[in-house]
Amino acid sequence: MSPNEETILGDESHWLCANCGVPLEISKVDVAYLGSGFPVDLARCPRCGLVFIPEELALGRMLDVEQQLEDK
Amino acid sequence: MRLLEDECIQDCAPRCTARCPAHVDARTLLAAIGRGDVSTALETFMRAVPFPGIISHVCDRPCEDECLYGEIGNPIAIRAIERTCVEQGDRPKPKASLRPQRNERVAIIGGGISGLTTAHDLARKGYRVTVFESTKRLGGRLWRADRDYLPAAVIEADLAVLGDLDIDVRLGTPLGNTVDLLIDDFDAIYAAAGPGAAAVLGLPMDDRGSAVVDPVTFSTGIDGVFAGGGLLWGTEMHSSITSISEGRRAGISIDRYLQEVSLTASRSGEGPYESCLYTSLEGVDAHPRIEMGNPDDGYEWYEAMLEAQRCIQCECMECVDVCQYLEDYGKYPRKYVREIYNNLSIVSGTRHSNKFINSCSLCGLCAEVCPTDLDMGEVVLEARRTMVEQDRMPPSAHDFALRDMQFSNGGKSAMAKNAPGTDSSSYVLFPGCQLAASAPEHVQKLFSHLTTSLPDDDVGLMLGCCGSPANWAGRSDLFDETITRWQQELVAMGDPTVVLPCSSCFQVFKTSLPDVEIVSLWELLDAEGITPEAVAGEPRMVSIHDPCTTRHETGIHDSIRRMVGDMGYEIDELKASREKTSCCSYGGHTWLANPDLSNRIVERRISENDADYVTYCAMCRDFFAAKGKRTLHVLDLMFEPDVDERAGRTGPGYSQRHENRARLKRKLLKEIWGESMAGDEQCESIILRLSDDVAARLDDRLILIEDIQRVIEYAERTGRRLANRDTGHLLAYHRPDAVTYWVEYLPTDDGAYEIFNAYSHRMEIPGSNET
Repeated sequence: MSPNEETILGDESHWLCANCGVPLEISKVDVAYLGSGFPVDLARCPRCGLVFIPEELALGRMLDVEQQLEDK
Repeated sequence: MRLLEDECIQDCAPRCTARCPAHVDARTLLAAIGRGDVSTALETFMRAVPFPGIISHVCDRPCEDECLYGEIGNPIAIRAIERTCVEQGDRPKPKASLRPQRNERVAIIGGGISGLTTAHDLARKGYRVTVFESTKRLGGRLWRADRDYLPAAVIEADLAVLGDLDIDVRLGTPLGNTVDLLIDDFDAIYAAAGPGAAAVLGLPMDDRGSAVVDPVTFSTGIDGVFAGGGLLWGTEMHSSITSISEGRRAGISIDRYLQEVSLTASRSGEGPYESCLYTSLEGVDAHPRIEMGNPDDGYEWYEAMLEAQRCIQCECMECVDVCQYLEDYGKYPRKYVREIYNNLSIVSGTRHSNKFINSCSLCGLCAEVCPTDLDMGEVVLEARRTMVEQDRMPPSAHDFALRDMQFSNGGKSAMAKNAPGTDSSSYVLFPGCQLAASAPEHVQKLFSHLTTSLPDDDVGLMLGCCGSPANWAGRSDLFDETITRWQQELVAMGDPTVVLPCSSCFQVFKTSLPDVEIVSLWELLDAEGITPEAVAGEPRMVSIHDPCTTRHETGIHDSIRRMVGDMGYEIDELKASREKTSCCSYGGHTWLANPDLSNRIVERRISENDADYVTYCAMCRDFFAAKGKRTLHVLDLMFEPDVDERAGRTGPGYSQRHENRARLKRKLLKEIWGESMAGDEQCESIILRLSDDVAARLDDRLILIEDIQRVIEYAERTGRRLANRDTGHLLAYHRPDAVTYWVEYLPTDDGAYEIFNAYSHRMEIPGSNET
């Protein structure tokens, strides 16, 4: 994943927002690290905005980008 | 940084090359022959020597006189190998493009080996070269050598190269032409005729009639006129390799003269000099020289190969040999210092050395073994401080350790108390954060032991972290703040002597608070004769691992050995102990910045001896035990009834270490001072259930119980959770500080929470740090 790449998808179909009781939908979310911000597609509750980041994403591509940004 | 780079001698030429006037790279040549690569060998030889056949027959071999192998056996037969290399290899032909490309004309007076070297070098650079020789053939005094020693065919084969270079050779030209005459037709002159010619040529002379020249440039002082060869030496013996060296250096001067650049800039290191390279002969078995089957014919090919394989390929690498970190990155300090310097200079772009800089344990072993005392740890620590100042330190590098330190020095874990009922102390025990984390019960036992063993003194207690993690992280601000705090606490306690079991704390107090009285716990116990009796345990053979922060603390090393010996243990010393000891990889946060390297460091150390290890640092102990090495803390020998069981104990995980520090403070306050602490926060009352697998995974991921408690407290309070359609598990996230933690969990019937998984990231998502 590069900071410009905009698609991050997880197995969002398995998860509901427990608060609002609705399924998650893919939408643009602004993520940021060390002063760099960029929009990515994440599964998100359409009502309250709670997002879902699966384990594989957090420990995989997200970690890679964090490390790239740290060495910049 | 540039100066530090120069302190590393690994790039210095080996002795054979440095001592050779022409700097033949014998090490590379021998390595090539040793693996059967004759073309590389010959190319290497001919880079330094234009007439390889002649030199490999008549050289006076200063390289062999200087060869380090001579200290343990016969030096490598370098010249004989060179001869085989010339006889077996195909000489490269000069390229056709080497026809004169420049208009300047150079006259060489004298067709001896010195003049011919200059002619060769300048012709290859494209100058128009004319050689004036008074006799009927080129080669000068080479023809006076015994023909068995230097066959005519060898001379002829070597000189044939001159024909390929389009050099104008004027044989039988008497010396009568003077320099003044030549100077009109030529742009530069190299006078390299025989003894006595200086007078004929009208050159400046000394009282013996030899030409006088600048020793570096070979300039005579007359514009454009240079001199060398027999002109300088008179009738004194000088070797062919010296002649080649002088001819080459004169050629460099003439080239620079004609290009109108400085004759003298960057010319150090020309001609023979003493090598600065250090090479250890430890562990080198001397093998006898390979004899020639037929000495008249020199080495057979296979004989030369075997002889070349005897070369030990001199290099220093003393530090790299003993340090897994320096070895892992594949280079040596000279290169590393340059890379670090470059890394710090990058304005925009990828800083490839960040991880390297954060992976050093700062243990000082490199400086200990370095012939010039270069300490990579000092270079690295300075680099870390610079990165912090430039705001370029990756947040993930030291963050976990700094938060650990923050916890140790926070209200739940830290305290400073005089003995009950007193308002000052003569001694204060400062056990350090990791002993309190790994074996809190030993801190309590130790404190009560000191209290009873030193009845005339009031012994206080100070719990917390000395500040080492901040120092290792390059956080000078945080480090200064921490030690200032301890200094103030000590003043308030009446300036007691600080008793230190942990050698990292010991070094921090020793170097950063020089006015504070300190004593190593181990030296105090030993000197006062108050070592606790070993509780139990069968005497056995052990090896002592000295923590790296005791490197130069001989007194501590001695006390530990006396105590362990007195308890009935036999000591099988590790080869690398005392001042040569190595770090367990906790130091400098190697374990945090580079877990793979950390594993290799631990594996390397624990495989040095089969005996159980005894150490006196809680982290060394726990790191070794985590990899299955039976390791005891010296306090285990003093306080544990079942030493056998204790040696196999796995240290507590990171969450438990926090818990242990907090419990220790609570327990000691209650039992010794009769005080109780303020009630638990909401979060801490959350009870978690984790399987061993999950607990181990969290420890690997550096996620603490308290982090999980915070997420659940937040999620349950706000209702911000996801639910899995299939399993019903809840998933919540929360970012208390710099890290977002995700926890998959379910409430249990009895009000606790079962934890199925947790993970984290540093990237921020909107709304993650709401409270």
